[in-house]
Amino acid sequence: MRLALISAFLFTFSLPLAALPAAPQEEKDAVCLACHGEKSLTATRKGKSVSVYVDAKKFAASAHGSLTCTSCHADLEGKDLPHEAPLKKVDCGLCHDAQQQQHAKSLHGKAIARGDPLAPSCVNCHGNHDIVSVKDPRSAVAPLKVPFVCAQCHREGTPVQLNRNIHQGNIIENFSESIHGEGLLRKGLIVAPNCASCHTAHSILRHTDPASSISRRNIAATCTKCHAQIEAVHRKVIRGELWEKQEHVLPACVDCHQPHKVRKVYYTQGMADADCLRCHANEHLKASKDGRTLAVHAAELAGSRHAKVACSQCHSQVNASRVRPCETITQKVDCAACHAEIGQQYQRSTHGQLLAKNDANAPTCEECHGTHAVLGKQNSQSLTFATNVPTLCARCHREGQKAAVRYTGRQHEIIEHYTESIHGKGLLKSGLTVTATCTSCHTAHSALPRTDPLSSVNEKNVPATCGACHHGIQEQFEQSIHSRKVSTTDKELPVCKDCHSAHSIRRADQDGFKLEIMDKCGRCHQEIARTYFDTYHGKVSRLGYTKTAKCYDCHGAHDILKVSDPRSHLSRDNVVKTCQQCHPDATRRFAGYLTHATHHDPEKYPFLFWTFWGMTALLLGTFVIGGLHTLLWLPRALQMRRELREAEAAEAAELAAAAKPEPPKPPAADN
Amino acid sequence: MTNGRPEERQFVRFTRLNRTLHACMIVSFMSLALTGLTLKFSYTAWAATLSRLLGGYETAGYIHRAAAVMMFATFLAHLKDLFRLKKEYGSWRGLIFGPNTMLPTRKDVTEFAATMKWFVGLGPRPHYGRWTYWEKFDYFAVFWGIAIIGSTGLTLWFPVFFTRFLPGWAINVATIIHSDEALLATGFIFTVHFFNTHLRPEKFPMDTSIFTGRMPLAELKRDKPLEYETLVHSGKLEASMAEAHPPIVLRTIRTFAWTALALGFCIVIWIIYAMLFAYQ
Repeated sequence: MRLALISAFLFTFSLPLAALPAAPQEEKDAVCLACHGEKSLTATRKGKSVSVYVDAKKFAASAHGSLTCTSCHADLEGKDLPHEAPLKKVDCGLCHDAQQQQHAKSLHGKAIARGDPLAPSCVNCHGNHDIVSVKDPRSAVAPLKVPFVCAQCHREGTPVQLNRNIHQGNIIENFSESIHGEGLLRKGLIVAPNCASCHTAHSILRHTDPASSISRRNIAATCTKCHAQIEAVHRKVIRGELWEKQEHVLPACVDCHQPHKVRKVYYTQGMADADCLRCHANEHLKASKDGRTLAVHAAELAGSRHAKVACSQCHSQVNASRVRPCETITQKVDCAACHAEIGQQYQRSTHGQLLAKNDANAPTCEECHGTHAVLGKQNSQSLTFATNVPTLCARCHREGQKAAVRYTGRQHEIIEHYTESIHGKGLLKSGLTVTATCTSCHTAHSALPRTDPLSSVNEKNVPATCGACHHGIQEQFEQSIHSRKVSTTDKELPVCKDCHSAHSIRRADQDGFKLEIMDKCGRCHQEIARTYFDTYHGKVSRLGYTKTAKCYDCHGAHDILKVSDPRSHLSRDNVVKTCQQCHPDATRRFAGYLTHATHHDPEKYPFLFWTFWGMTALLLGTFVIGGLHTLLWLPRALQMRRELREAEAAEAAELAAAAKPEPPKPPAADN
Repeated sequence: MTNGRPEERQFVRFTRLNRTLHACMIVSFMSLALTGLTLKFSYTAWAATLSRLLGGYETAGYIHRAAAVMMFATFLAHLKDLFRLKKEYGSWRGLIFGPNTMLPTRKDVTEFAATMKWFVGLGPRPHYGRWTYWEKFDYFAVFWGIAIIGSTGLTLWFPVFFTRFLPGWAINVATIIHSDEALLATGFIFTVHFFNTHLRPEKFPMDTSIFTGRMPLAELKRDKPLEYETLVHSGKLEASMAEAHPPIVLRTIRTFAWTALALGFCIVIWIIYAMLFAYQ
């Protein structure tokens, strides 16, 4: 890469002097070379000192020797000298139009467009001032040199091989040992294929791309450029039958002659599925190591999403030259060989990270998708069909299961909560397959914890995640004061889940949600929520009724704005209309009712404050006087009661004494 | 029991209308207190339960307003009764400035002073007449309450109408006045008034004269000696005597009175709990 960078700098700084249009070529270049002919001339780029020397002799001998400096460094045309640095990148496409276009569509070109710092541009392969014809053995891209050019990036251990999505390993080593490499590098046969023979020079594409020279569709054509008639040979081998009848079980060239490893081997038999099934159709076939079953049900495979994929495409380590072609298998099937994008997503996800750490709990592709019976997510029998996803995730994420026990966050019983939520009911009870399931929010392959900025459920990304279905709401929300796009604050801003929760989302038009919203808003707006509960609306809400105004009835739900904003539901122009939703005859003065009033604030609400304390004084005064009066009275009243009882007793005794001489009188008359 | 012997004729202290109005007052007051306090103390768990028992806040609201109308009607019925009394007393002057007036007089001041002396053991129990000063206080407390709670209550009932000429914050002020004045009324009635007229030890457990209208003559002599003497002197005593109610009526009255009393105490306990332990 350093080489590439330096050459880019050289290119950029090479011809600093403007040439006079009328001057002959040599003269014009001489002006440039007046500075750039100096071997010691350097320029500083990104803090590094780089040479901007141009070897005039080499340039003159190059394929571009007949051009002037400004033919390529077109932005220097007519500029004052010495010129400003840096110059624009040279656009080779000015002349090499077709190649430029091919390159732009290729993996390399797209990587440049993405801004990938590892992406190669023209100079990385072709050099700059010393470019010669590809037929010249001195050319950087002469057949014998191509493997070395490619190796700059594609040999083992380079950043490209390590960090980019390339599934072939030891490419250069394998190539050099292959029959092709041997021919080219050891025997010097320049007609032997080099990298570009199969991959093309400028239209390099992934093998999964149908337009690629190495896609399954095109690989035969690519190989037959040299191996003409090879198809006829193969046709003889397989009696010309299967090509027509079972196209998919027939291997492409690379299934047997693995790319980069092409050996001088005469393959006695191909690697058709039938060969594998000869053993693996046996129900009782078991691995000698751990006794796991190795039986493959042909019918299962035939009904699967991979019905048209040959065994050897997944089990790519098979070696057709062995009696047991599978004995060379050392690694598990790598799904990313075909599903490259998904593989990359998975690697970045928590699941993939765990796998990279060899964690026993890490879920692999197989865990969710199965093996030979893999079905598409549109198939209702599939484990990954929308309605089956919660059950699938629950295998590990249900309370007590392997993922749940290592989870340290605040979400618990997620499966149960989800099932009871509006999403869960929609999906599982109403069978609405468009309802959000686990993967709708967490994604299928990029599941990451909330705290990760790349996570779909990270605070920053939640509105967009929910907005995938609730788009209209997202639009409203992102205009509101709560959106990060509108407010910049150190305080936490709420996102969907803060009011609606994550897994126990309820219908917003049901009582439970309506009554809880005040506490949800009150988590941040503490004072305003407290004073709300001091007013009629709040008191009724607290009793458990939903008919009176709650936060969102006045402030809006997703489109909350500052009261001072003219678009707010509570702005001067809108507030009366807002009150009229419930109080149809409301006037502007009616709207002056203080919905968050407190009588504890003499500054803000002096009327309420003094009314409250006036009333309190009246209450205290009355109770003190009334209470004292009663307390003082009590001993006297008790005394009166005693006297009364004594008088009654005396009277009763008197009556009893008087009654003695007259026994017939019934005693019941006493009472 | 202080109801005296059933066969004895009893002194009639309250007219049928007085008694009916007092009963209406109890019913409407209790309804207003219960429904209103659920809102005032909505932060207590009891309030939510009670609100459900009352059929939800909307039903409670209807009960509250219906009871308010009933109380207004009770009040108006009493005002109308004053016209009848005017005839009985001959003129407004006779009613308002006569010896049985409800208005505070100089005699009330001297009686109050004498009562204080009696309370602290410095004098005998004053010879109270038909209306003692605390009874007059209770009587005018109703006027005050009706005026204050009634006016603010109407403001809260028809806020849109009242804000045609009052500012919006007047509704907030009305809320505070309405609610605190109601707290005063319930607190006062269920403690001081209950003690003064029902729970005084010498009348314990209950003075039912406001429900029966009658009291034993002995009690009149003891309680309101001046009234007794006046009646004896004017010779009107015999005209003020009537037969006691039959036992079934007395039982009904006692059930009603005890219910009201129990409810009142429950409300007091609730208020104390809400104010002291759950105040927000």
